[in-house]
Amino acid sequence: MIELRGLTKRFGANTVLDGIDLDIAEGEIVVVIGPSGTGKSTLLRCFNLLERPDAGRLTIDGLTLDLAHCDRRQALALRRRTAFVFQNYALFANKNALDNIAERLIIVDRLPKREAHARAREILARVGLANRETSYPSALSGGQQQRIGIGRAMAANAALMLFDEPTSALDPEWVDEVLAVMKDLALARQTMLVVTHEMRFARDLADRVIFMEGGRIVEQGPPSELFTRPADPRTRAFLRKVLPDAEV
Amino acid sequence: MSLDFDYMLVLAPILLGYLPLTLQMATIAMALALVLASLLAIVRVLRTPVLYQATGLFISFFRGTPLLVQLFLFYYGLPQVLSFMTRIDGVTAAVMGLTLHFSAYMAESIRAAIVGVDRSQTDAALSIGMTQAQMMRRIVLPQAVRVALPTLVNYFIDMIKSTSLAFTLGVTEMMGATQKEAASSFLYFEAFLTVAVIYWVVVETLSFVQRRLERWLGRAYRR
Repeated sequence: MIELRGLTKRFGANTVLDGIDLDIAEGEIVVVIGPSGTGKSTLLRCFNLLERPDAGRLTIDGLTLDLAHCDRRQALALRRRTAFVFQNYALFANKNALDNIAERLIIVDRLPKREAHARAREILARVGLANRETSYPSALSGGQQQRIGIGRAMAANAALMLFDEPTSALDPEWVDEVLAVMKDLALARQTMLVVTHEMRFARDLADRVIFMEGGRIVEQGPPSELFTRPADPRTRAFLRKVLPDAEV
Repeated sequence: MSLDFDYMLVLAPILLGYLPLTLQMATIAMALALVLASLLAIVRVLRTPVLYQATGLFISFFRGTPLLVQLFLFYYGLPQVLSFMTRIDGVTAAVMGLTLHFSAYMAESIRAAIVGVDRSQTDAALSIGMTQAQMMRRIVLPQAVRVALPTLVNYFIDMIKSTSLAFTLGVTEMMGATQKEAASSFLYFEAFLTVAVIYWVVVETLSFVQRRLERWLGRAYRR
């Protein structure tokens, strides 16, 4: 069980996250939706301290820390329990596909190179890119880069995988192949917290959907309920905008 | 005007005999300067208190004063105030001066290259659990080196040519040897033309290596 309590983040006078509480069960797939600029990405980035919050306690995989005041060692311990998939892929530009995945295994987990590469090859095969081992990011399509980005996150065997709008920088033609990899992970019950505008993914695979606005969780529930019978007028207004055909 | 080609052909091999010393000084100074400049650059980027101010002063001084003045300061000046430096020889003083002088310049171009590495690269490195040092070594510096390479090679070229100043410290390197040969033959034009051509050829060879190196470092970035 992952427990987040009282997560607060301000940028100057602007409160971006306003005391978020969130529990995530092992193997749960949680999707966060909401208008842009409501702190969804910041929420994810606080989960692995890419962003330092002003307050908040997090318990994950036997580690409890005060997110606002933890030291470097604790931050590392947290980052080694989580994995992050970036909107813009953020593959290491100086490393080929295989090494992008193996890097963590070699440098952080200290696996022997041969073992790390064998494991990275398995992952490449799982994301359907076994034939692109030696390709550098600059030679890959957006969809391929993001699949490797997810592969790099898979190498961590993380207690929680964080997805920050993984498909929104992609040309439409590449979205499905990335969603397929995420679906594969979801079906394998990898615990994940996903910020996305892909309502199909939320509806088909999420155990729970969270609607955020103004730095707060407005409403949450299983997709079957939240998408069909949203309780809050703000949720209803948002869903009407992103799902024009749906009856909400 | 007549040019004594035969003299130049005789002189060239004699001067080339001093080329190894010239290249040795330049290579050692370059290697040391690269290490020093990287350290300076990292301090500049991280803004480590105290060290940041100290490196600022260092860079300001060594960029702000002529190399020749610095060489004289090390070779003739320092031994008068520091007793352990009384036995410093010309080559050591020259390498020291070149290292400090060029590291000040190189630190700035390495710093700029480090700052130019995209934020997403450092975010990704941190997200997989790398320490700051691992991130620098594995992700940031390799990418920064590629950007800084053309400027760094330029400094190396400048450094090779600047080793000629060592002759003012009594070192008989290529320039010092030319000076001596010219003084005995009185064929100043031929002598200095010969040494100029040698420097030129060395630098052009280096430029060729640079183009190869750039292509190799750019292999990850070709579409």
